[in-house]
Amino acid sequence: MATLESTAAEILVEAPATAGRRPAVEVANLRKTYGTLVAVDDVSFTVTEGEIFGILGPNGAGKTTAIECAIGLRRPDAGTIRLLGLDPHADQDQVHEIVGVQLQSGALPAKLRVGEILEEYRSFYRDPADVEELLDVLGLSAKRGDYYRSLSGGQRQRLSVALALIGQPRLAFLDEMTTGLDPQARRDTWELIEQIRDRGVTIVLVTHFMEEAERLCDRVALIDRGRVVALDTPARLAAQARGGKTVRFLPSGPFGDRLLTGLPEVRRVDHDGQHVVVTGTGELVNAVILALHAAGVTARDVQLDSSNLEDAFVKLTG
Amino acid sequence: MSSLSLSLSRALPLPRTPRAAFGQVVLNEARLVRRQPVNMIGSIGLPVVLVIIFGELPSFHQALPAYGGLILFDAYVPIIMVLGLTMLTLLALPGPLVSYRELGILRRLSTTPVPPSWLLAAQVVVQLCIALAGLLIVNAVSVVAFGAPVPKSLGGLALSCLLAIGGLFALGLLIAALAPTASSVNAIGRLALIPLMFFAGLWLPRAIMPAVLQDISNYTPLGAAVEAIQDSVQTGFPPTAPLLVLAGYTLVFAYLARRFFRWE
Repeated sequence: MATLESTAAEILVEAPATAGRRPAVEVANLRKTYGTLVAVDDVSFTVTEGEIFGILGPNGAGKTTAIECAIGLRRPDAGTIRLLGLDPHADQDQVHEIVGVQLQSGALPAKLRVGEILEEYRSFYRDPADVEELLDVLGLSAKRGDYYRSLSGGQRQRLSVALALIGQPRLAFLDEMTTGLDPQARRDTWELIEQIRDRGVTIVLVTHFMEEAERLCDRVALIDRGRVVALDTPARLAAQARGGKTVRFLPSGPFGDRLLTGLPEVRRVDHDGQHVVVTGTGELVNAVILALHAAGVTARDVQLDSSNLEDAFVKLTG
Repeated sequence: MSSLSLSLSRALPLPRTPRAAFGQVVLNEARLVRRQPVNMIGSIGLPVVLVIIFGELPSFHQALPAYGGLILFDAYVPIIMVLGLTMLTLLALPGPLVSYRELGILRRLSTTPVPPSWLLAAQVVVQLCIALAGLLIVNAVSVVAFGAPVPKSLGGLALSCLLAIGGLFALGLLIAALAPTASSVNAIGRLALIPLMFFAGLWLPRAIMPAVLQDISNYTPLGAAVEAIQDSVQTGFPPTAPLLVLAGYTLVFAYLARRFFRWE
Protein backbone atom coordinates (compact mmCIF):
# COMPACT_ATOMS: atom_id res chain seq x y z
CA MET A 1 0.00 0.00 0.00
CA ALA A 2 2.74 2.42 0.96
CA THR A 3 4.74 1.72 -2.18
CA LEU A 4 1.68 2.13 -4.32
CA GLU A 5 0.95 5.54 -2.95
CA SER A 6 4.47 6.77 -3.50
CA THR A 7 4.35 5.46 -7.06
CA ALA A 8 1.15 7.35 -7.65
CA ALA A 9 2.75 10.52 -6.41
CA GLU A 10 5.71 10.11 -8.75
CA ILE A 11 3.46 9.58 -11.72
CA LEU A 12 1.48 12.68 -10.86
CA VAL A 13 4.66 14.67 -11.24
CA GLU A 14 5.96 13.23 -14.48
CA ALA A 15 3.12 11.41 -16.35
CA PRO A 16 5.80 9.34 -18.12
CA ALA A 17 3.77 7.44 -20.70
CA THR A 18 2.89 10.54 -22.60
CA ALA A 19 5.77 12.89 -21.95
CA GLY A 20 5.93 15.88 -24.30
CA ARG A 21 2.20 16.07 -24.94
CA ARG A 22 -0.06 18.74 -23.54
CA PRO A 23 -2.35 18.03 -20.64
CA ALA A 24 -6.05 17.72 -21.52
CA VAL A 25 -7.26 17.58 -17.93
CA GLU A 26 -5.48 18.99 -14.90
CA VAL A 27 -7.13 18.44 -11.54
CA ALA A 28 -5.23 19.60 -8.48
CA ASN A 29 -6.21 19.19 -4.82
CA LEU A 30 -9.90 18.90 -5.60
CA ARG A 31 -12.15 18.83 -2.56
CA LYS A 32 -15.94 18.69 -2.38
CA THR A 33 -18.11 18.22 0.70
CA TYR A 34 -21.85 17.83 1.14
CA GLY A 35 -22.54 18.99 4.67
CA THR A 36 -20.33 16.81 6.84
CA LEU A 37 -19.78 14.22 4.12
CA VAL A 38 -16.46 14.59 2.33
CA ALA A 39 -17.24 13.25 -1.14
CA VAL A 40 -13.92 14.14 -2.75
CA ASP A 41 -10.82 14.78 -0.68
CA ASP A 42 -7.63 16.22 -2.17
CA VAL A 43 -7.90 14.49 -5.53
CA SER A 44 -5.25 15.29 -8.13
CA PHE A 45 -4.60 13.81 -11.54
CA THR A 46 -3.49 14.84 -14.98
CA VAL A 47 -4.75 13.40 -18.26
CA THR A 48 -2.57 13.97 -21.32
CA GLU A 49 -3.98 14.59 -24.79
CA GLY A 50 -4.79 11.40 -26.67
CA GLU A 51 -5.03 9.27 -23.54
CA ILE A 52 -7.87 7.06 -22.40
CA PHE A 53 -7.84 7.70 -18.69
CA GLY A 54 -9.89 5.58 -16.32
CA ILE A 55 -11.40 6.61 -13.02
CA LEU A 56 -12.11 3.45 -11.11
CA GLY A 57 -13.58 2.86 -7.70
CA PRO A 58 -16.35 1.22 -5.72
CA ASN A 59 -19.85 2.70 -5.63
CA GLY A 60 -20.01 5.88 -3.59
CA ALA A 61 -16.24 6.41 -3.80
CA GLY A 62 -16.66 9.92 -5.21
CA LYS A 63 -15.96 9.17 -8.88
CA THR A 64 -19.04 10.90 -10.23
CA THR A 65 -18.67 13.88 -7.91
CA ALA A 66 -15.08 14.33 -9.07
CA ILE A 67 -16.20 14.24 -12.71
CA GLU A 68 -19.11 16.61 -12.09
CA CYS A 69 -16.68 19.09 -10.55
CA ALA A 70 -14.25 18.62 -13.43
CA ILE A 71 -16.84 19.45 -16.10
CA GLY A 72 -18.21 22.41 -14.18
CA LEU A 73 -21.57 20.96 -13.11
CA ARG A 74 -20.58 21.42 -9.47
CA ARG A 75 -18.39 23.98 -7.81
CA PRO A 76 -15.62 22.35 -5.77
CA ASP A 77 -14.90 23.66 -2.28
CA ALA A 78 -11.20 23.77 -3.07
CA GLY A 79 -8.76 22.89 -5.81
CA THR A 80 -8.11 23.91 -9.39
CA ILE A 81 -9.37 22.37 -12.63
CA ARG A 82 -8.24 23.03 -16.18
CA LEU A 83 -9.74 21.39 -19.25
CA LEU A 84 -7.50 21.91 -22.29
CA GLY A 85 -6.15 24.90 -20.39
CA LEU A 86 -9.62 26.36 -19.75
CA ASP A 87 -11.45 26.97 -16.49
CA PRO A 88 -14.76 25.03 -16.57
CA HIS A 89 -16.62 27.92 -14.91
CA ALA A 90 -14.94 31.07 -16.17
CA ASP A 91 -14.53 29.74 -19.73
CA GLN A 92 -17.81 27.82 -19.74
CA ASP A 93 -18.80 28.71 -23.30
CA GLN A 94 -15.56 27.46 -24.85
CA VAL A 95 -15.51 24.39 -22.61
CA HIS A 96 -19.03 23.36 -23.67
CA GLU A 97 -18.02 23.67 -27.32
CA ILE A 98 -15.00 21.33 -27.13
CA VAL A 99 -15.78 19.01 -24.21
CA GLY A 100 -18.38 16.26 -24.66
CA VAL A 101 -20.08 14.75 -21.63
CA GLN A 102 -22.12 11.60 -21.15
CA LEU A 103 -23.65 11.58 -17.71
CA GLN A 104 -24.77 8.56 -15.79
CA SER A 105 -28.48 7.71 -16.03
CA GLY A 106 -29.68 10.47 -18.32
CA ALA A 107 -32.85 9.76 -20.30
CA LEU A 108 -34.47 11.60 -23.20
CA PRO A 109 -38.08 12.39 -24.21
CA ALA A 110 -39.88 9.12 -24.97
CA LYS A 111 -41.64 10.39 -28.08
CA LEU A 112 -38.76 11.94 -29.96
CA ARG A 113 -37.09 9.98 -32.73
CA VAL A 114 -33.38 9.19 -32.66
CA GLY A 115 -32.68 11.36 -35.71
CA GLU A 116 -34.67 14.29 -34.31
CA ILE A 117 -32.73 14.22 -31.05
CA LEU A 118 -29.39 14.13 -32.85
CA GLU A 119 -30.39 16.96 -35.21
CA GLU A 120 -31.39 19.10 -32.22
CA TYR A 121 -28.12 18.58 -30.35
CA ARG A 122 -26.16 18.94 -33.57
CA SER A 123 -27.54 22.45 -34.01
CA PHE A 124 -25.92 23.53 -30.73
CA TYR A 125 -22.36 23.26 -32.01
CA ARG A 126 -20.26 25.29 -34.43
CA ASP A 127 -18.53 22.32 -36.03
CA PRO A 128 -20.69 19.26 -35.41
CA ALA A 129 -20.26 15.69 -36.62
CA ASP A 130 -22.32 14.30 -39.46
CA VAL A 131 -25.46 12.62 -38.11
CA GLU A 132 -25.46 9.79 -40.69
CA GLU A 133 -21.87 8.86 -40.00
CA LEU A 134 -22.26 9.06 -36.25
CA LEU A 135 -25.33 6.80 -36.41
CA ASP A 136 -23.43 4.38 -38.62
CA VAL A 137 -20.44 4.25 -36.31
CA LEU A 138 -22.67 3.66 -33.30
CA GLY A 139 -24.74 1.00 -35.05
CA LEU A 140 -27.91 3.07 -34.79
CA SER A 141 -28.56 3.78 -38.48
CA ALA A 142 -31.53 1.43 -38.58
CA LYS A 143 -32.99 3.17 -35.52
CA ARG A 144 -32.90 6.68 -36.91
CA GLY A 145 -36.67 6.91 -37.29
CA ASP A 146 -37.52 5.12 -34.05
CA TYR A 147 -38.88 6.73 -30.91
CA TYR A 148 -36.49 6.91 -27.97
CA ARG A 149 -38.85 4.81 -25.87
CA SER A 150 -38.60 1.88 -28.30
CA LEU A 151 -34.79 1.65 -27.95
CA SER A 152 -33.14 -1.10 -25.91
CA GLY A 153 -30.91 -0.21 -22.97
CA GLY A 154 -27.81 -0.64 -25.09
CA GLN A 155 -29.18 1.52 -27.88
CA ARG A 156 -30.12 4.28 -25.45
CA GLN A 157 -26.64 4.15 -24.01
CA ARG A 158 -25.08 4.42 -27.45
CA LEU A 159 -27.36 7.35 -28.31
CA SER A 160 -26.18 9.00 -25.13
CA VAL A 161 -22.56 8.49 -26.20
CA ALA A 162 -23.52 9.87 -29.63
CA LEU A 163 -24.83 13.06 -28.01
CA ALA A 164 -21.53 13.44 -26.16
CA LEU A 165 -19.69 13.16 -29.49
CA ILE A 166 -22.00 15.10 -31.83
CA GLY A 167 -20.11 18.35 -31.23
CA GLN A 168 -16.81 16.74 -32.32
CA PRO A 169 -15.24 17.33 -28.89
CA ARG A 170 -11.50 17.23 -28.26
CA LEU A 171 -12.13 15.79 -24.82
CA ALA A 172 -14.95 13.47 -23.75
CA PHE A 173 -16.09 12.41 -20.30
CA LEU A 174 -18.02 9.15 -20.25
CA ASP A 175 -19.60 8.12 -16.95
CA GLU A 176 -20.48 4.39 -16.66
CA MET A 177 -21.10 4.20 -20.39
CA THR A 178 -21.39 0.39 -20.55
CA THR A 179 -23.42 -0.19 -17.40
CA GLY A 180 -26.50 -2.20 -18.30
CA LEU A 181 -25.16 -3.36 -21.66
CA ASP A 182 -24.94 -7.00 -22.65
CA PRO A 183 -21.40 -8.36 -23.16
CA GLN A 184 -21.47 -8.02 -26.94
CA ALA A 185 -22.74 -4.43 -26.85
CA ARG A 186 -20.09 -3.66 -24.25
CA ARG A 187 -17.31 -4.97 -26.50
CA ASP A 188 -18.70 -3.01 -29.45
CA THR A 189 -18.69 0.12 -27.36
CA TRP A 190 -15.08 -0.48 -26.31
CA GLU A 191 -14.10 -0.79 -29.94
CA LEU A 192 -15.88 2.46 -30.64
CA ILE A 193 -14.08 4.26 -27.81
CA GLU A 194 -10.71 3.11 -29.12
CA GLN A 195 -11.56 4.41 -32.57
CA ILE A 196 -12.63 7.74 -31.19
CA ARG A 197 -9.33 7.97 -29.34
CA ASP A 198 -7.51 7.17 -32.57
CA ARG A 199 -9.06 10.34 -34.00
CA GLY A 200 -7.23 12.29 -31.31
CA VAL A 201 -10.04 12.66 -28.79
CA THR A 202 -8.92 12.43 -25.19
CA ILE A 203 -11.24 10.27 -23.14
CA VAL A 204 -11.92 10.17 -19.43
CA LEU A 205 -13.81 7.02 -18.52
CA VAL A 206 -15.58 6.49 -15.23
CA THR A 207 -16.22 2.82 -14.63
CA HIS A 208 -16.45 0.10 -12.09
CA PHE A 209 -15.72 -2.67 -14.61
CA MET A 210 -12.17 -3.91 -14.15
CA GLU A 211 -12.17 -5.63 -17.52
CA GLU A 212 -13.18 -2.39 -19.21
CA ALA A 213 -10.42 -0.39 -17.55
CA GLU A 214 -7.87 -3.10 -18.30
CA ARG A 215 -8.85 -3.29 -21.95
CA LEU A 216 -9.23 0.42 -22.68
CA CYS A 217 -7.31 2.63 -20.31
CA ASP A 218 -3.76 3.86 -20.74
CA ARG A 219 -3.74 4.87 -17.10
CA VAL A 220 -6.14 4.43 -14.23
CA ALA A 221 -6.80 6.43 -11.09
CA LEU A 222 -8.21 4.26 -8.34
CA ILE A 223 -10.50 6.30 -6.10
CA ASP A 224 -11.70 5.10 -2.72
CA ARG A 225 -13.51 7.11 -0.06
CA GLY A 226 -12.93 10.32 -1.97
CA ARG A 227 -9.18 9.87 -2.38
CA VAL A 228 -6.85 8.71 -5.14
CA VAL A 229 -5.31 5.57 -3.67
CA ALA A 230 -3.35 4.60 -6.77
CA LEU A 231 -2.58 5.96 -10.22
CA ASP A 232 -0.71 3.97 -12.85
CA THR A 233 -1.11 1.82 -15.94
CA PRO A 234 -3.50 -1.10 -15.38
CA ALA A 235 -0.66 -3.60 -15.86
CA ARG A 236 1.61 -1.99 -13.29
CA LEU A 237 -1.20 -1.60 -10.77
CA ALA A 238 -1.97 -5.27 -11.17
CA ALA A 239 1.65 -6.31 -10.81
CA GLN A 240 2.10 -4.25 -7.67
CA ALA A 241 -1.05 -5.57 -6.13
CA ARG A 242 0.11 -9.16 -6.19
CA GLY A 243 3.67 -8.19 -5.38
CA GLY A 244 4.67 -9.90 -8.60
CA LYS A 245 3.82 -12.92 -10.73
CA THR A 246 3.32 -16.55 -9.87
CA VAL A 247 4.58 -19.61 -11.77
CA ARG A 248 3.09 -22.99 -10.98
CA PHE A 249 4.54 -26.24 -12.36
CA LEU A 250 4.97 -29.96 -11.89
CA PRO A 251 8.71 -30.87 -11.59
CA SER A 252 9.96 -34.07 -13.30
CA GLY A 253 11.96 -34.91 -10.19
CA PRO A 254 12.87 -33.63 -6.74
CA PHE A 255 15.12 -30.58 -6.23
CA GLY A 256 16.07 -28.35 -3.35
CA ASP A 257 14.15 -25.09 -2.93
CA ARG A 258 17.48 -23.29 -2.60
CA LEU A 259 18.02 -23.84 -6.34
CA LEU A 260 15.25 -21.30 -6.96
CA THR A 261 15.33 -19.07 -3.89
CA GLY A 262 18.89 -18.12 -4.82
CA LEU A 263 17.66 -16.49 -8.06
CA PRO A 264 17.26 -12.67 -7.98
CA GLU A 265 13.83 -12.91 -9.67
CA VAL A 266 12.37 -15.26 -7.07
CA ARG A 267 10.81 -14.06 -3.86
CA ARG A 268 9.46 -17.28 -2.42
CA VAL A 269 8.81 -20.93 -3.20
CA ASP A 270 5.76 -22.87 -2.00
CA HIS A 271 4.56 -26.44 -2.47
CA ASP A 272 1.02 -27.39 -3.34
CA GLY A 273 0.87 -31.18 -3.35
CA GLN A 274 3.19 -32.27 -6.16
CA HIS A 275 3.15 -28.80 -7.68
CA VAL A 276 5.64 -26.07 -6.97
CA VAL A 277 4.48 -22.43 -6.80
CA VAL A 278 7.12 -19.75 -7.29
CA THR A 279 6.39 -16.08 -6.66
CA GLY A 280 8.63 -13.33 -7.98
CA THR A 281 9.18 -10.50 -10.43
CA GLY A 282 10.80 -9.74 -13.79
CA GLU A 283 11.54 -12.58 -16.23
CA LEU A 284 10.43 -15.10 -13.66
CA VAL A 285 9.44 -17.95 -15.98
CA ASN A 286 12.68 -17.91 -17.96
CA ALA A 287 14.81 -17.76 -14.85
CA VAL A 288 12.99 -20.66 -13.20
CA ILE A 289 13.01 -22.91 -16.28
CA LEU A 290 16.70 -22.26 -16.97
CA ALA A 291 17.69 -22.99 -13.37
CA LEU A 292 15.67 -26.22 -13.37
CA HIS A 293 17.15 -27.23 -16.72
CA ALA A 294 20.69 -26.70 -15.43
CA ALA A 295 19.85 -29.03 -12.51
CA GLY A 296 18.42 -31.64 -14.90
CA VAL A 297 14.81 -31.08 -13.88
CA THR A 298 12.01 -30.53 -16.38
CA ALA A 299 8.98 -28.40 -15.54
CA ARG A 300 5.65 -29.69 -16.84
CA ASP A 301 2.15 -28.27 -16.71
CA VAL A 302 3.53 -24.73 -16.37
CA GLN A 303 0.96 -22.09 -15.50
CA LEU A 304 1.75 -18.40 -15.28
CA ASP A 305 -0.66 -16.64 -13.00
CA SER A 306 -0.36 -12.91 -13.39
CA SER A 307 -2.64 -10.87 -11.19
CA ASN A 308 -5.04 -8.45 -12.79
CA LEU A 309 -6.54 -5.08 -12.07
CA GLU A 310 -9.30 -6.66 -10.07
CA ASP A 311 -6.72 -7.94 -7.58
CA ALA A 312 -5.33 -4.43 -7.30
CA PHE A 313 -8.80 -3.04 -6.83
CA VAL A 314 -9.69 -5.47 -4.07
CA LYS A 315 -6.38 -5.03 -2.33
CA LEU A 316 -6.41 -1.25 -2.45
CA THR A 317 -10.04 -0.56 -1.65
CA GLY A 318 -10.80 -3.52 0.59
CA MET B 1 -21.42 -2.25 -35.39
CA SER B 2 -19.38 -4.45 -37.71
CA SER B 3 -18.65 -1.72 -40.22
CA LEU B 4 -16.88 0.52 -37.75
CA SER B 5 -15.15 2.44 -40.52
CA LEU B 6 -14.76 5.45 -38.36
CA SER B 7 -14.52 8.63 -40.28
CA LEU B 8 -16.60 10.91 -38.07
CA SER B 9 -15.29 13.31 -40.61
CA ARG B 10 -15.16 17.04 -40.42
CA ALA B 11 -17.45 17.03 -43.41
CA LEU B 12 -20.16 19.64 -43.83
CA PRO B 13 -19.57 21.88 -40.84
CA LEU B 14 -22.70 23.91 -41.39
CA PRO B 15 -22.60 27.33 -39.82
CA ARG B 16 -24.86 27.26 -36.75
CA THR B 17 -26.46 30.27 -35.18
CA PRO B 18 -28.18 30.56 -31.81
CA ARG B 19 -31.42 31.26 -33.64
CA ALA B 20 -31.16 28.01 -35.60
CA ALA B 21 -30.43 26.10 -32.40
CA PHE B 22 -33.42 27.63 -30.61
CA GLY B 23 -35.55 26.82 -33.65
CA GLN B 24 -34.50 23.17 -33.39
CA VAL B 25 -35.38 23.07 -29.70
CA VAL B 26 -38.82 24.62 -30.36
CA LEU B 27 -39.39 22.23 -33.26
CA ASN B 28 -38.83 19.17 -31.07
CA GLU B 29 -40.99 20.58 -28.25
CA ALA B 30 -43.77 21.16 -30.78
CA ARG B 31 -43.39 17.57 -32.02
CA LEU B 32 -43.70 16.28 -28.47
CA VAL B 33 -46.89 18.28 -27.87
CA ARG B 34 -48.35 17.06 -31.15
CA ARG B 35 -47.52 13.45 -30.25
CA GLN B 36 -49.11 13.74 -26.80
CA PRO B 37 -52.30 15.63 -27.65
CA VAL B 38 -53.94 14.68 -24.35
CA ASN B 39 -52.80 17.99 -22.86
CA MET B 40 -54.53 19.96 -25.58
CA ILE B 41 -57.87 18.44 -24.53
CA GLY B 42 -57.87 20.64 -21.43
CA SER B 43 -56.68 23.80 -23.10
CA ILE B 44 -58.62 23.66 -26.38
CA GLY B 45 -60.96 20.65 -26.51
CA LEU B 46 -62.79 21.14 -23.22
CA PRO B 47 -63.41 24.91 -23.65
CA VAL B 48 -64.78 24.42 -27.16
CA VAL B 49 -67.08 21.62 -25.98
CA LEU B 50 -68.32 23.78 -23.08
CA VAL B 51 -69.03 26.71 -25.40
CA ILE B 52 -71.04 24.43 -27.68
CA ILE B 53 -73.02 22.85 -24.79
CA PHE B 54 -73.75 26.16 -23.09
CA GLY B 55 -74.54 27.73 -26.46
CA GLU B 56 -77.09 25.05 -27.25
CA LEU B 57 -78.93 25.42 -23.91
CA PRO B 58 -81.88 27.85 -24.33
CA SER B 59 -81.76 28.78 -20.63
CA PHE B 60 -78.28 30.23 -21.18
CA HIS B 61 -79.58 32.77 -23.66
CA GLN B 62 -81.95 34.72 -21.39
CA ALA B 63 -81.02 38.13 -20.09
CA LEU B 64 -81.18 37.80 -16.31
CA PRO B 65 -81.99 40.78 -14.07
CA ALA B 66 -79.83 39.22 -11.34
CA TYR B 67 -76.87 39.51 -13.73
CA GLY B 68 -77.53 43.17 -14.46
CA GLY B 69 -79.30 42.22 -17.67
CA LEU B 70 -76.31 40.14 -18.85
CA ILE B 71 -77.03 37.05 -20.92
CA LEU B 72 -75.77 33.99 -19.01
CA PHE B 73 -73.93 32.58 -22.03
CA ASP B 74 -72.04 35.87 -22.47
CA ALA B 75 -71.09 35.74 -18.80
CA TYR B 76 -69.66 32.26 -19.28
CA VAL B 77 -67.53 32.89 -22.38
CA PRO B 78 -64.75 34.73 -20.45
CA ILE B 79 -64.91 32.05 -17.74
CA ILE B 80 -64.43 29.31 -20.32
CA MET B 81 -61.55 31.22 -21.94
CA VAL B 82 -59.86 31.49 -18.58
CA LEU B 83 -60.59 27.82 -17.79
CA GLY B 84 -58.71 26.73 -20.93
CA LEU B 85 -55.74 28.93 -20.04
CA THR B 86 -55.70 27.58 -16.51
CA MET B 87 -55.79 23.92 -17.56
CA LEU B 88 -52.89 24.66 -19.87
CA THR B 89 -50.73 26.49 -17.37
CA LEU B 90 -51.42 24.26 -14.37
CA LEU B 91 -50.95 20.95 -16.17
CA ALA B 92 -49.66 21.10 -19.75
CA LEU B 93 -46.88 23.66 -19.17
CA PRO B 94 -45.20 22.45 -15.97
CA GLY B 95 -45.57 18.70 -16.72
CA PRO B 96 -42.87 18.43 -19.41
CA LEU B 97 -40.55 20.83 -17.59
CA VAL B 98 -40.59 18.75 -14.42
CA SER B 99 -40.13 15.52 -16.34
CA TYR B 100 -37.13 17.05 -18.17
CA ARG B 101 -35.58 17.72 -14.79
CA GLU B 102 -36.44 14.20 -13.61
CA LEU B 103 -35.00 12.59 -16.73
CA GLY B 104 -31.76 14.56 -16.42
CA ILE B 105 -32.33 16.41 -19.69
CA LEU B 106 -31.77 19.83 -18.10
CA ARG B 107 -28.52 18.50 -16.64
CA ARG B 108 -27.44 17.08 -19.97
CA LEU B 109 -28.14 20.42 -21.65
CA SER B 110 -26.03 22.27 -19.12
CA THR B 111 -22.99 20.41 -20.49
CA THR B 112 -23.69 21.68 -24.04
CA PRO B 113 -23.32 25.18 -25.52
CA VAL B 114 -27.10 25.61 -25.12
CA PRO B 115 -28.29 26.55 -21.62
CA PRO B 116 -31.15 24.47 -20.14
CA SER B 117 -33.26 27.63 -19.81
CA TRP B 118 -33.73 27.45 -23.59
CA LEU B 119 -35.77 24.31 -23.15
CA LEU B 120 -38.08 26.17 -20.76
CA ALA B 121 -38.32 29.08 -23.18
CA ALA B 122 -39.13 26.70 -26.05
CA GLN B 123 -41.85 25.02 -24.02
CA VAL B 124 -43.32 28.45 -23.19
CA VAL B 125 -43.30 29.42 -26.88
CA VAL B 126 -45.11 26.24 -27.90
CA GLN B 127 -47.70 26.47 -25.11
CA LEU B 128 -48.20 30.17 -25.85
CA CYS B 129 -49.20 29.28 -29.41
CA ILE B 130 -51.68 26.72 -28.08
CA ALA B 131 -53.07 29.21 -25.55
CA LEU B 132 -53.62 31.86 -28.23
CA ALA B 133 -55.20 29.32 -30.56
CA GLY B 134 -57.56 28.20 -27.78
CA LEU B 135 -58.62 31.78 -26.97
CA LEU B 136 -59.20 32.55 -30.65
CA ILE B 137 -61.24 29.41 -31.30
CA VAL B 138 -63.46 29.88 -28.21
CA ASN B 139 -64.12 33.50 -29.13
CA ALA B 140 -64.80 32.78 -32.77
CA VAL B 141 -67.20 29.92 -32.01
CA SER B 142 -69.13 31.89 -29.41
CA VAL B 143 -69.51 34.94 -31.68
CA VAL B 144 -70.15 33.17 -34.98
CA ALA B 145 -72.24 30.22 -33.82
CA PHE B 146 -74.01 31.48 -30.70
CA GLY B 147 -74.43 35.22 -31.18
CA ALA B 148 -72.11 36.44 -28.46
CA PRO B 149 -71.27 40.13 -28.91
CA VAL B 150 -68.18 41.15 -30.89
CA PRO B 151 -65.74 42.55 -28.29
CA LYS B 152 -66.20 46.29 -27.77
CA SER B 153 -62.45 46.84 -27.28
CA LEU B 154 -60.25 44.43 -29.21
CA GLY B 155 -57.13 46.14 -27.85
CA GLY B 156 -58.45 45.81 -24.32
CA LEU B 157 -59.26 42.16 -24.92
CA ALA B 158 -55.80 41.48 -26.33
CA LEU B 159 -54.12 43.23 -23.40
CA SER B 160 -56.32 41.44 -20.87
CA CYS B 161 -55.57 38.07 -22.45
CA LEU B 162 -51.84 38.76 -22.59
CA LEU B 163 -51.74 39.78 -18.92
CA ALA B 164 -53.83 36.74 -17.97
CA ILE B 165 -51.42 34.55 -19.94
CA GLY B 166 -48.50 36.28 -18.21
CA GLY B 167 -49.84 35.67 -14.72
CA LEU B 168 -50.90 32.10 -15.41
CA PHE B 169 -47.72 31.10 -17.27
CA ALA B 170 -45.65 32.47 -14.40
CA LEU B 171 -47.79 30.39 -12.03
CA GLY B 172 -47.18 27.34 -14.22
CA LEU B 173 -43.44 27.94 -14.07
CA LEU B 174 -43.68 28.32 -10.29
CA ILE B 175 -45.40 24.93 -10.10
CA ALA B 176 -42.62 23.51 -12.31
CA ALA B 177 -40.12 24.99 -9.87
CA LEU B 178 -41.77 23.52 -6.79
CA ALA B 179 -43.13 20.14 -7.96
CA PRO B 180 -40.64 17.38 -7.15
CA THR B 181 -41.93 14.89 -9.75
CA ALA B 182 -43.99 14.92 -12.93
CA SER B 183 -46.80 13.05 -11.20
CA SER B 184 -46.93 15.62 -8.39
CA VAL B 185 -47.56 18.31 -11.01
CA ASN B 186 -50.95 16.70 -11.62
CA ALA B 187 -51.78 16.65 -7.92
CA ILE B 188 -50.72 20.26 -7.37
CA GLY B 189 -52.48 21.39 -10.54
CA ARG B 190 -55.78 19.74 -9.67
CA LEU B 191 -55.62 21.09 -6.12
CA ALA B 192 -54.97 24.65 -7.29
CA LEU B 193 -57.55 24.45 -10.08
CA ILE B 194 -60.61 24.30 -7.81
CA PRO B 195 -60.18 27.51 -5.73
CA LEU B 196 -58.78 29.38 -8.72
CA MET B 197 -61.76 28.46 -10.89
CA PHE B 198 -64.21 29.08 -8.08
CA PHE B 199 -63.16 32.73 -7.92
CA ALA B 200 -63.24 32.92 -11.71
CA GLY B 201 -66.97 32.17 -11.32
CA LEU B 202 -67.12 28.72 -12.87
CA TRP B 203 -69.74 27.51 -10.39
CA LEU B 204 -71.12 30.87 -9.31
CA PRO B 205 -70.64 33.67 -11.87
CA ARG B 206 -69.07 36.77 -10.41
CA ALA B 207 -72.19 38.86 -11.06
CA ILE B 208 -74.22 36.88 -8.49
CA MET B 209 -71.43 36.30 -5.96
CA PRO B 210 -72.01 37.82 -2.51
CA ALA B 211 -70.12 41.12 -2.17
CA VAL B 212 -67.40 39.59 0.04
CA LEU B 213 -66.63 36.82 -2.45
CA GLN B 214 -66.67 39.30 -5.28
CA ASP B 215 -64.13 41.47 -3.46
CA ILE B 216 -61.88 38.47 -2.92
CA SER B 217 -62.37 37.40 -6.52
CA ASN B 218 -61.18 40.80 -7.74
CA TYR B 219 -57.78 40.11 -6.23
CA THR B 220 -57.35 36.53 -7.43
CA PRO B 221 -55.58 36.00 -10.76
CA LEU B 222 -58.55 34.34 -12.44
CA GLY B 223 -61.15 36.72 -10.98
CA ALA B 224 -59.17 39.67 -12.30
CA ALA B 225 -58.71 37.95 -15.66
CA VAL B 226 -62.45 37.27 -16.07
CA GLU B 227 -63.30 40.83 -15.02
CA ALA B 228 -60.83 42.36 -17.50
CA ILE B 229 -61.92 40.12 -20.38
CA GLN B 230 -65.64 40.60 -19.66
CA ASP B 231 -65.30 44.38 -19.52
CA SER B 232 -63.35 44.40 -22.81
CA VAL B 233 -66.16 42.45 -24.46
CA GLN B 234 -69.18 44.18 -22.89
CA THR B 235 -68.25 47.79 -22.19
CA GLY B 236 -64.87 48.78 -23.65
CA PHE B 237 -61.30 49.17 -22.45
CA PRO B 238 -61.09 47.50 -19.02
CA PRO B 239 -60.43 49.44 -15.79
CA THR B 240 -56.89 49.61 -14.47
CA ALA B 241 -57.46 47.57 -11.29
CA PRO B 242 -57.74 44.04 -12.76
CA LEU B 243 -54.92 44.76 -15.22
CA LEU B 244 -52.66 45.82 -12.36
CA VAL B 245 -53.63 42.75 -10.35
CA LEU B 246 -52.68 40.52 -13.29
CA ALA B 247 -49.40 42.37 -13.87
CA GLY B 248 -48.63 42.04 -10.16
CA TYR B 249 -49.22 38.28 -10.16
CA THR B 250 -47.06 37.94 -13.27
CA LEU B 251 -44.13 39.65 -11.55
CA VAL B 252 -44.50 37.86 -8.21
CA PHE B 253 -44.96 34.37 -9.68
CA ALA B 254 -42.15 34.92 -12.19
CA TYR B 255 -39.81 36.08 -9.43
CA LEU B 256 -40.66 33.11 -7.20
CA ALA B 257 -40.35 30.65 -10.10
CA ARG B 258 -36.91 31.99 -10.92
CA ARG B 259 -35.93 32.02 -7.28
CA PHE B 260 -36.93 28.39 -6.59
CA PHE B 261 -36.31 26.68 -9.91
CA ARG B 262 -33.94 23.72 -9.61
CA TRP B 263 -32.09 22.48 -12.67
CA GLU B 264 -31.51 19.00 -11.24
